[in-house]
Amino acid sequence: MNEMNTGIGLLTLITLLPVVGALIALFSGKQARAVALVTGLGSLALSLVIWTHLPADGHIGLVEKIAWVPSLGIEYHLGVDGLGALMLVLSAIVGLMSIDAANRVHHSPNLYFALVLLLEAGLFGAFTALNFYHWFIFWEISLIPAFFLIKLWGGPKRGPAATQFFVYTMAGSVALLLSFMAVFLATGSMDFIKLSELAHSGLLAQAVTQHLGPVMPWLAVGVLAGFAVKTPLMPFHTWLPNAYAEAPSAVTMLLTGAMSKMGVYGFLRIAVPIFGHEIAQMRTVLLVLAVATVVLGAFAAAAQKDLKRLLAYSSVNHLGYCMLGIFAIAVPASGMQIASQAAALNGVILQMFNHGITAAALFWFISMIQFRTGGPRGIDDFGGLRKPAPVLAGLMGIALFSSLGLPGLNGFVGEFLIFRGVLPLTWISATVSVLGLLVTAVVLLTVIQKVFAGPVPAHLVEFPDLHLSERLAMVPVLGLMLLLGLVPQLIVGAVNPTVLRLLSHWSF
Amino acid sequence: MNYNELFLATLPETVLELAALLVLIVDLGLVRNAGPRYRAVVAAFFGVAGCAVALWAVSIAPALHFGSTLLLTVGGTAGVAQCSILILTGITLLLLVDCVFSRNPGEYVAVVLMAAAGGLLIAAAQDLLVIFTGLELLSVSLYILAAFAKKSAASAESSLKYYLFGGMAAAFLLFGFSYLYGLSASTSLPQVVLGVSVASLNGGVALVSVALVMIAVGLGFKVAAVPFHFWAPDTYEGAPAPAAAFIASVSKVASFALLISIGTALVPGHGAAQSWSLILAVLAAASMIFGNVAALAQTSVRRLVAYSAIAHAGYILLGLAYFEPSGRNAQAILYYILTYGLTTIGAFGVISAVERATGNDSIGNFAGLHRRNPVLAAVLLVLFLSLAGIPPLVGFWAKFNLFAAVLMVGGGAAPFALVALAVAFSAVSLFYYLQVLKSAYVAAPAAETKIKAGPVTMLVLIVIALAVLGCGCFPAYLQDWIAGFYL
Amino acid sequence: MLAWTIYLSFAGALLETLLPKGKPGLARALALLVAVAGLVVAVAGYAAGFSQGRITVTDVPWIPSMGIRYILAADGISRVLVLLTGLASVAGVLFSWNIDKRTNQFFAFYLALIGGVFGVFLSYDLFLLFVFYEIAIVPKYFIIAIWGSTRREYGAMKLALYSFVGSAMVLIGLLASYATAGAHSTGLVDLAHAGLSTSFQMWCFPLVFIGFGILAGLWPFHTWAPTGHVAAPTAASMLLAGVVMKLGAYGCLRVAMGLYPHGLDPWGFSLLGLGSWRDVFAVLAIIGIIYGALVALAQTDFKFVIGYSSVSHMGFVLLGLMTLNQIGMTGAVLQMFSHGVIAGLLFAIVGRIVYERTHTRQFADLEKMHLSRRLPFAAWAFVIAGVASMGLPGFSGFVAELQVLVGSWRAAPGWTVAAGIGIVIGVAYTWRALQKAFFNDKLPTAEDHPKTGWHDMAAITWPEATGVTLLVAATLAVGVYPRLLLDQIEPAVKTFLAGGVQ
Repeated sequence: MNEMNTGIGLLTLITLLPVVGALIALFSGKQARAVALVTGLGSLALSLVIWTHLPADGHIGLVEKIAWVPSLGIEYHLGVDGLGALMLVLSAIVGLMSIDAANRVHHSPNLYFALVLLLEAGLFGAFTALNFYHWFIFWEISLIPAFFLIKLWGGPKRGPAATQFFVYTMAGSVALLLSFMAVFLATGSMDFIKLSELAHSGLLAQAVTQHLGPVMPWLAVGVLAGFAVKTPLMPFHTWLPNAYAEAPSAVTMLLTGAMSKMGVYGFLRIAVPIFGHEIAQMRTVLLVLAVATVVLGAFAAAAQKDLKRLLAYSSVNHLGYCMLGIFAIAVPASGMQIASQAAALNGVILQMFNHGITAAALFWFISMIQFRTGGPRGIDDFGGLRKPAPVLAGLMGIALFSSLGLPGLNGFVGEFLIFRGVLPLTWISATVSVLGLLVTAVVLLTVIQKVFAGPVPAHLVEFPDLHLSERLAMVPVLGLMLLLGLVPQLIVGAVNPTVLRLLSHWSF
Repeated sequence: MNYNELFLATLPETVLELAALLVLIVDLGLVRNAGPRYRAVVAAFFGVAGCAVALWAVSIAPALHFGSTLLLTVGGTAGVAQCSILILTGITLLLLVDCVFSRNPGEYVAVVLMAAAGGLLIAAAQDLLVIFTGLELLSVSLYILAAFAKKSAASAESSLKYYLFGGMAAAFLLFGFSYLYGLSASTSLPQVVLGVSVASLNGGVALVSVALVMIAVGLGFKVAAVPFHFWAPDTYEGAPAPAAAFIASVSKVASFALLISIGTALVPGHGAAQSWSLILAVLAAASMIFGNVAALAQTSVRRLVAYSAIAHAGYILLGLAYFEPSGRNAQAILYYILTYGLTTIGAFGVISAVERATGNDSIGNFAGLHRRNPVLAAVLLVLFLSLAGIPPLVGFWAKFNLFAAVLMVGGGAAPFALVALAVAFSAVSLFYYLQVLKSAYVAAPAAETKIKAGPVTMLVLIVIALAVLGCGCFPAYLQDWIAGFYL
Repeated sequence: MLAWTIYLSFAGALLETLLPKGKPGLARALALLVAVAGLVVAVAGYAAGFSQGRITVTDVPWIPSMGIRYILAADGISRVLVLLTGLASVAGVLFSWNIDKRTNQFFAFYLALIGGVFGVFLSYDLFLLFVFYEIAIVPKYFIIAIWGSTRREYGAMKLALYSFVGSAMVLIGLLASYATAGAHSTGLVDLAHAGLSTSFQMWCFPLVFIGFGILAGLWPFHTWAPTGHVAAPTAASMLLAGVVMKLGAYGCLRVAMGLYPHGLDPWGFSLLGLGSWRDVFAVLAIIGIIYGALVALAQTDFKFVIGYSSVSHMGFVLLGLMTLNQIGMTGAVLQMFSHGVIAGLLFAIVGRIVYERTHTRQFADLEKMHLSRRLPFAAWAFVIAGVASMGLPGFSGFVAELQVLVGSWRAAPGWTVAAGIGIVIGVAYTWRALQKAFFNDKLPTAEDHPKTGWHDMAAITWPEATGVTLLVAATLAVGVYPRLLLDQIEPAVKTFLAGGVQ
């Protein structure tokens, strides 16, 4: 794990590629989308290469380590394990889908695609960084393109939505930064691996308490707040529906498909390994919040009339399962419970991936629908779409079913594993959360019913179906959903060693 | 003492007097019917030549003794001051060439040379009577010079004021000298000081103090220290520019040389020296504060320069108030006064050029000078910044040198506080200097016509500006030259 | 070699004055040539300085009788600041390309200013340093008073007087130290080893620190900064914020702290919780950080926002200096560089690129102009500069401010908390300015948006694009690879700390 690799490796390359692509796109005018597509494909290919080059034992591989800011003890430290590599693949897929969806950007396409690619670079960077310093760089950098993508290409209320998004995330970032500065002051290190080892051995809390007093829980709160905003966890979610709704759908795909995973990833890579003990102490509160996110997210989705807002809340709900899984794990365990933890963690990681793909697909469909209606996307604006547009209805139906967790599709496996793991660990939370499952199912079924079934309103009779190119673009994604639903082992098999290793390194 | 010695010792003064006579003869005799400009050139030429010869004479003149009493000294302070006086006089004479304000340039030059002779005497004098003689020779000449623009009411008024104040000051000085003589039964400076010390030990402190105050009044007037400065603004404003330049530079050099002589003679730490120091410190502080503050309110550049001269006199008096006879302080003061005199002459050169083109010397008339005459504006910039004490111009170095010398002498809070005051007020002074420069560089010109200055004036001004810059960048040369007199 | 930066600049200034009038193109080309040459020398000197300590460039007697020597030397700190000056001067020339009035005079003053700045950073003799320091002040006055805008004469005079009051304080300290140390030398090294008594240092330190601090925007002596910045022409604002404020900070570091380290010692009693000058100045720095940020938040004039932000950012420099530890002071020096580049960029965008085309700096007017669409280059350049200014990671400001915060935490955690609040407000005002000036949400009304379309704004010129690129590249390069500068700053700070300041 600690082998030094001072050259520029794959991980640097995958982060640099979109940056270069962004620069090219910026200066390629109308051809920007093509440039972005090529870059996206290249990134996907690279991410798959990385995926196949993972160490089989769950350790962190492809490490690159160079002294960077020696005065602060900062190293440029990259590496991925199953979790990180999976996120890379996810980001690459979602990025490509987003670029594909954005086929009708009329105003400054070069800038648009440059920003999208920069955002993608930020994601890659954040998922490969193992030092707080440059991890934080990417974490923050990804904010800027996201902000402008909402701000400049968003819906009518894009301004406030973008600002709200920015302010919330920034506030979370400041909390994160302050906590890590404190940790750095106490330990002199910002390296995630080193810090998690310190935490594991109990030295971290000792050092912090010695240097700064009994602030360890507060530092944990700061870090959790940073990730909770991004994921989001109730009650830090209020920026999300506005941002998701106002952002152009292609951008929403990125936000929900990939950026929200930065939060979950942060919990897994940073918060839990380093502040596991503190999280365990706060577990009850956190579980309440996670359950609230699951249940209230579902109910809030039920109350929405706008398709995008509805899906936004459903995203909140889905990510709530991840939170639930993570917090449920945070308990000293032994014997059978370890198996439950492993199941839950596998579920969480799987859910991250699945939700990313599914949510991105759903917003992709929304964007297709919106292009065709020219704007309206209220749940009551539609009806009987399966008549004029059977293919669209069918494909989107698959995605919706995946989202509500139909067995055989990808959504089911993750949620199943999470509940399988959580139930033995905290049965109350699991039980209450089931309510969320049910409500989500109802909501999504309602969508199917209202949008696709029933009589066709006059203005939708001429509703065009998906073009061939659009079908072709979606088929691989839906195929992936199906494949993962049937053979979840594809991911679980690769991630499981990582999960076991992570669990063995965590201490609560 | 025999006449040969007397002749040799007073050779510089004699040369000047002869030159004065020569100028008169040539001017009134040979070129009487020529144009005023031509006459001015001729007169100035002879004047400058006289100064040059006198400069040489200074270098060979021996000291003058009467019996065992030293009457005129050579070298050291006297040497520097005499050379400075001659150089500065020569430069002010050159300014005359392009600035004909009188139908009798020959007379003007002659009077200037006589005044300079008076200055030479003062600088070298070690005897109260010689001092007084020199002072009167200088003063009376200056009264005439101030009034030389006969058609100008302001010139007459300034001269009269100068004369009235000057007369009173001379009376004070003489009164003070008579006390000193009464206390010491001698007119020779070293013995006077000795006698004064004895007298103050014997309970004559009050009388000594009275005498010193009287002398301070008299010399304070000469150097325009507050509160004896009232003549300065009017004289600077009313006198013809070359005369004003002469008054502002040469007469200051002479007076300060005299103050240095007195300071050198006083035994440091002694009662008399302490009172003297206190008197000068008070004068210095008052001059710095009042001169700078009053200058802030001026709209006439000449009056502004006058008030700034008062402030500069304050700085120099500070150097005299904390004085030690080793030579270091004297050198610093002479350095200051020489470079200050040079700068002021240049300033008056610029002012007179602007004045003649625009009618008067109000700050507004300098507007757009950089377009109407860029070289003149650049010279003004250099000179005024030097006066404000901005490096790398010589004014800064002179101040630094002077204040460092003060701090080297006086340990304790008072000199430090006064130096701090001086530095602070030189920051204030920048404000009014900048007002003029702002007008010259920032304001739009009132008219597009060029402001012309004669070729000689321009040349002199450029040389002065370059000297100010050069001496600022390489201060060591001038300093070594001054120090050379003290070896 | 570095000495050539000084000579080149002054020679350039002299040449500019000799150029014939009415040839602005020639004047510009010459200025650019000189500035680029200066930058090249600075870069070369910088590159030659890696893994070297202090390099003495020149050491000759100047005024032997006073023991004053002409010593030019550069340690890592100096080299970094010389590099900054080189960058800023090139950028400044590029952003002064549109000056048509008295062009050669403008560049003459400009290059004289630059020469003075180079001189200060390279001087190792206090007297010499002071000379260059003053040389840098005078041209500022004229540049602002002649070529400035809003209340230029007032702004220029205020700036000049503040500067001179500051330099008068420094001069008093210089004279006092020189005399007290026995008048043998004004060399920085000699004075530092002259064994000045603690009681002397105790009063001389604050005198000199405040004297230099005035120019560094030390609260409450900062009020020249916003008015001066706003009044100044773009290049001068850039230099003021970018370099001249650094002169002050550099003086605080090199002179005040270097010569009077014991001035930072505890007083032995405590007044309002302040127990030493160090506490006092740290608190002032923090007040500056927060006050500058809050006031920036309330401005309606775009340039004032940047002006006050400079006060806030310079507070970090001063706070970093007062931490007296390796990391904090390293951060302070880095922040000098970082702020120099970023503030230059901001002023260039606001004062030049935007103002030249809109002729207004009021947010109320700019909001109606939809500049993000009409001036996308300016908008995006400002986004980059703004996020860099906010201290977003990846840009130079983040590394610098982080180090300052870490250092201040080690010194006194309370300082960090307060400064952290300043950062948050910094994000707020930058974001507010960004939104108001460029990214206004309101859709254009018929009134704002004539049927014929907006009239075209002049295209971005090559000097503008080049200047922006240069500065962005600098802040990015340092942000991404801070070792570029840290490798030189750190040893220098270490030596500095070992030299007396604890």
